[in-house]
Amino acid sequence: MRATTLLAALLIFVPTTRPYAQDGTPATPVTLVSREGRRPVPTTLQGGRELVPLDEVVALFGVSVREDALAGGVTVSYRGRSIVASANRPMVSVEGRIVTLPSPVVRSGRRWLVPIEFLPTALASIYDRRIELRRASRLLLVGDVRLPRVSAAIIAGSPTRAEVEIVPAAPVAVTVERGRLLLRIDADGLDLATPPAGAGLIDRIRSGDQPTTLIVSLTDAAGTGRATVATANNITRVLIEVPAAAEPRVPGPESRVPGPESRVPGPAPRIPIVSRAWQTIAIDPGHGGDDVGVRGARGVEEKQLTLDVARRLKTMVEARLGLRVILTRDDDRTLSLDERAAVANNGKANLLLSLHVNGSRATISSGAEVFHLQLDRESEGVVRAAAVEGVALPALGGGTRRLDLIPWDLAQARYLDDSARLANVLQEELQRQVPMSAQPIRQAPMRLLAAANMPAALIEVAYLTNPEQAARLGTEDFKASIAQAVFSAIVRFRAWSEEPRRP
Amino acid sequence: MSMKAWWLAFVGGLATLVVIAVVVARIYGPATSEQAEAPAESTTPAPVETAHITATLFFGSADGQGLVPIRRDVPLAGNVVEQGRQILTAQLREAAPPPSVTVVPEGTTLRAFYVTDQGDAFIDLSPEVVSRHPGGSLNELLTVYALVNAVTANLPAARRVQILVDGKEVDTLAGHVDLRRPLTPDTSLVRQAEASGK
Repeated sequence: MRATTLLAALLIFVPTTRPYAQDGTPATPVTLVSREGRRPVPTTLQGGRELVPLDEVVALFGVSVREDALAGGVTVSYRGRSIVASANRPMVSVEGRIVTLPSPVVRSGRRWLVPIEFLPTALASIYDRRIELRRASRLLLVGDVRLPRVSAAIIAGSPTRAEVEIVPAAPVAVTVERGRLLLRIDADGLDLATPPAGAGLIDRIRSGDQPTTLIVSLTDAAGTGRATVATANNITRVLIEVPAAAEPRVPGPESRVPGPESRVPGPAPRIPIVSRAWQTIAIDPGHGGDDVGVRGARGVEEKQLTLDVARRLKTMVEARLGLRVILTRDDDRTLSLDERAAVANNGKANLLLSLHVNGSRATISSGAEVFHLQLDRESEGVVRAAAVEGVALPALGGGTRRLDLIPWDLAQARYLDDSARLANVLQEELQRQVPMSAQPIRQAPMRLLAAANMPAALIEVAYLTNPEQAARLGTEDFKASIAQAVFSAIVRFRAWSEEPRRP
Repeated sequence: MSMKAWWLAFVGGLATLVVIAVVVARIYGPATSEQAEAPAESTTPAPVETAHITATLFFGSADGQGLVPIRRDVPLAGNVVEQGRQILTAQLREAAPPPSVTVVPEGTTLRAFYVTDQGDAFIDLSPEVVSRHPGGSLNELLTVYALVNAVTANLPAARRVQILVDGKEVDTLAGHVDLRRPLTPDTSLVRQAEASGK
């Protein structure tokens, strides 16, 4: 009898306390991040598995725990919903549904311990706030916290380039200080991947003193760094370029660093963020050749009107804005929609505008309309999958660079938001000059726009099937008004597009 | 005696002619009698077709800016595909009740219709849908979504619809709306206020 009790005691003692003593606490604690702040989550390692004592879960999440000695289990409750766990079983029952865990629930004397994964899986399904475990960064996110993943890659050379990627996108303010760039990211915290080793003129990239700052420190041989912030597809990328200093930097407040922007003493200046200046725009005169488009009552054809307005626009933009203007056609020829998109894409145009004249069976339809692309759910899925999966390519100087592979004929997916803004600007400028339709902005699955690798919109300037509009369409006055309105919209959209981007 | 023999020969010959005539009549006769019966048989199933369902068809709104759903009786069919054909045939043939306007070019006919197990329906239309299309972005949107919505609104088995022309995939009908992929219905174009027009 005595021997049995001893054996039983040993059996309890051996599996629970021995690995406990051996494995101990993990080197880096898990940190709980919520709107209320940060708190450490005390965990222990047992047999390579990380466990959280249930009494800590009670303290952190306000759940109640009731032990059921008879059943050999424990019930975790939160606001009337409960999870039932049993000792040594790698699963729990959440409101009657089984949730598997990577390792068993452990009972150690009077203490219960659950695998850390219990929190984002089982507890999350009865809790009223989101619980997300970021294993790599050892963070436990609770509630609506913005904690973008931040990764960086350095490409050595002169200039040395670095790319900091922030997912999901967040506003970034870049400050140039002596010998370093300071990135302030507007978020509740950062989920910082292991930074790459320094290379070239960049000494290292590390987290700053505050939880939302990142510091790019430069070597003594570096000149003034520049940074460009761009956001697309819900990813913010900060491209940093560090040229070599003309002469080695001398430490001291008087030091002058040669470069395009001479440094101002005093508070660290906010560096101008250089974005790609526009060089080219593409204008697509709708239809052409065999495809006449809408035919008006007096034999006027859409294809003639669109070419006429496109040529006027080209002259205005080239003369007044100094931009290169590509017309997808400058004569009466038949072109497929892919050929039109290819002209704009190959010409690296910063903007594509397709000009059309509308037609309707209802002859009372009148006014201008602007279309921008709507992706169907399936295409959105394809694009999202490409953005999530992506392809990681090794970057020079260590780290990786991610490429999102989007089907070429869905190129517009990256520019949906910009194109929506473009459509708005076009509508605002058009309504100053010409009558608008009852619903002046429409989002639709437009074939040409889908393949455009730049912000793009399609403009239906008026209804050729409306007798009054058809008569006006032929006048110099009307064509000049349309060209003026679209020109003004190009000016406004270009100004927005070239200004430092705040996502 | 010889007179009597000659008489017998005459009667015998006549009888032989009658037999031949009957045989000839038997060879050619049945064909005509079967032809006479055939139409009687084909007309008998007609009364079965009086069973109808009420389907929602789509026409252009009077202002040309949207679609109006209009309910029409179409013959009840035995399966989804056949029912789809009936609905689309009605959609293509029915004149738009004033003040609504037609959005599918007149003369367009249905070449084929089928639905996959995944719920993708394919409408194969005759080339008139392209050759007689009057053009215009909105007009083209209305043509496309009148057809897409007519299928999805009436056939729960169809989730998405792809339009083919003359048996082939097409880029667009008139140079604007992307038809390379199956489309989900667009209810934002539908004006519910005018739904009662019958």
